[in-house]
Amino acid sequence: MSAFDLFIQTALFGLSNGFVLALIALGYTLVYGIVELINFAHGEVYMMGSFMALTVIAATGVTFSDGLLPRVLVILLALLAAMLFSGGLNFAIDRIAYRPLRNAPRLAPLITAIGMSFALQNVGIWWKGSRPVLFPSMLPSSDVLRDWLHIETNIAVSFPMFFVVLVTVPLLIGLTWFIRSTRLGKAMRATAQDREAAALMGIDVNRTIGLTFLLGGLMAGAAGLINGLYNNQVAYNMGFYAGLMAFTAAVLGGIGNLTGAVVGGIFLGLVTAFSDAYLSAQWTPAIVFAVLVLVIVFRPSGLFGEQVVGRA
Amino acid sequence: MNRFKRFLAFIVITILVVPALAACGGGASTPAPAASPASPAASPTGDTSKGTIKIVSSWPLTGQAEKVGTDSVKAVQMAIADHGGAAGGYAIVYEPMDDATAAKGAWDSAKESENANKAIADSDVMVYLGTFNSGAAKISIPILNQAGLAMISEANTWPGLTKKIEGMTDANEPDVYYPTGKRNYARVVPTDDLQGSLAAQWAKDLGAKKVYVLDDTELYGHGIALIFADAAKKLGLEVVGGPEGIDKKAPDYRALMTNIRSKAPDLIYFGGITENNAGKLAQDMRAAGMTDVKFMGPDGVFTEGFIDAAGSAAEGAYATFGGLPASQLTGKGADWYQRFKQQYNEDPEAYAVYAYEAASVALNAIDKAGTKDRVAILEAVRNTKDFNGLLGTWSFTDTGDTTLKTMSGNQVKDGKWEFVKTLELAGQ
Repeated sequence: MSAFDLFIQTALFGLSNGFVLALIALGYTLVYGIVELINFAHGEVYMMGSFMALTVIAATGVTFSDGLLPRVLVILLALLAAMLFSGGLNFAIDRIAYRPLRNAPRLAPLITAIGMSFALQNVGIWWKGSRPVLFPSMLPSSDVLRDWLHIETNIAVSFPMFFVVLVTVPLLIGLTWFIRSTRLGKAMRATAQDREAAALMGIDVNRTIGLTFLLGGLMAGAAGLINGLYNNQVAYNMGFYAGLMAFTAAVLGGIGNLTGAVVGGIFLGLVTAFSDAYLSAQWTPAIVFAVLVLVIVFRPSGLFGEQVVGRA
Repeated sequence: MNRFKRFLAFIVITILVVPALAACGGGASTPAPAASPASPAASPTGDTSKGTIKIVSSWPLTGQAEKVGTDSVKAVQMAIADHGGAAGGYAIVYEPMDDATAAKGAWDSAKESENANKAIADSDVMVYLGTFNSGAAKISIPILNQAGLAMISEANTWPGLTKKIEGMTDANEPDVYYPTGKRNYARVVPTDDLQGSLAAQWAKDLGAKKVYVLDDTELYGHGIALIFADAAKKLGLEVVGGPEGIDKKAPDYRALMTNIRSKAPDLIYFGGITENNAGKLAQDMRAAGMTDVKFMGPDGVFTEGFIDAAGSAAEGAYATFGGLPASQLTGKGADWYQRFKQQYNEDPEAYAVYAYEAASVALNAIDKAGTKDRVAILEAVRNTKDFNGLLGTWSFTDTGDTTLKTMSGNQVKDGKWEFVKTLELAGQ
């Protein structure tokens, strides 16, 4: 493998992980944009999504040896289940832990967020145990470039990598469309800009905020399934690290800014991959956060500025 | 309406929180039901005229090492029951302590320190069994040392805890762990300097020429990786990279493995434990196209958890282990293995037999001392000579190490760890 191939290969690995991060980061940024709250339980919502997906797949009994159609159907079913479960969970978290504190000092919902995070981790232990669990591989491991397009290359693009992009991009487009072009999206933007004015205009603010949590949860659930199928391993504590990275990505892009979250996620994915491949893997977390510090020092509002959801 | 909503919120919270509490409770109470056979209520058959002595243990009972921990608890309970529930004229009470937290999923330094302090404060406690992790032992040895409480570990393999090894252990080791200057620690497993050297020798026997060394940046993993790399060089193997630490929480290692592949090693050695993502490493190594490259690790990956996490990628992986697996033991050991399987309906984790051995050493020492005195019992533990246990006949050296020098080489075959060969240092 030549140096150039290695570079491209590393970038591709970075992109795949970056897309998953972007999906999670959206949940942080959506919620921050509208209620200025860091939802610390969001990483756990993502973990719960992947557990749900795993449970659904296990329940159907479909494995890799089954035909293509049943596998596609099961993946779709698991995607739907994970998204709805995580979305509903995030909505419920808002309803239970944040909404009663809507007018309380800022620290109060932050503490309940951390509390929710711990509670959900324990639910995770109760659900799937405290050891990492193998997520069955349902996707063919064939190479997109070599096996399907018959291109002679050293660069490996396995189907799971392609799958990450295949699922993530439509979700991102769908989310953008929803926020830009629907009445509910408009209500979200209005609430983000000025909650009281929005309420005066007849927008049900609490419902709109709930909707935002639901959307963030949907994305996290999808990320849970994608990560499971891509990395083939889930654990009750995976949400903490993923959440930390995704939160960093959101801050990097400019928290509250949707484009920023996606770009931040992909950027972090790339930084991680390049650091793993070219520097020492041991230093990767340090490098990630050093990059964060640098960006924040020179651009305190992140790469894309701190815009409310509306101007994204 | 408002009341109804509150009621609804209450119900939802209950639904969310109760399983969480159940999960916590479940973790803490796991050892409890199993503890009954060893408790004094189980009417010890031995002489208990002098009162009670308490033995405690401290190793993870939650998190990824949970199975090893609970199996070890069962093994200690068996040892005490086999000894008639009494020793030296005292009834033996056993209290397993957990040094892991659910939040961390692994041993926690604050928890370990709390356990050690709890043990020295309880005047009934005469022996402290554990720890599982060498890093945890670094915390508890000095605490117990000040109280002169005997500590016997079933699994600490970091050499620096008892001896000085040039180029490996820290300059102030091992004295830094014994502030009183008097040793209070012994262990029934051979240490990593032996394991790392044997692994390198085995790698060479397997035909490896270029090796890449990774570690999980922890005391145990990094130490063993250093020795492996060092021994490999001495044996004429080329170390093409490392010892390099990994980010043990990363979701994947594809980029790292692609880079390693470009260096074309024929064996990757991972100094580390299952809990630090060894399974994912093996997966991504295979996924990066290194299907013919061998994967080898120390006893830290010699767990069922490694196979569970790596799935089919675990197939063919090698691991050294500081002794024979329970299924390969002969005589007393084989008998114990059968009894464990019968009693608990499953194979014991590899370290369970060491936990049994450690507990037996403790009970024998209490017998010999015949008094409820920490100094006398510690003396008896340290003077253990020609002990005829499950592992064979062995003694403690002056440093508190075992005289056993054989280890086993194991490989994953059809989704199970299988014993391959006995490893012994050549030319020594």
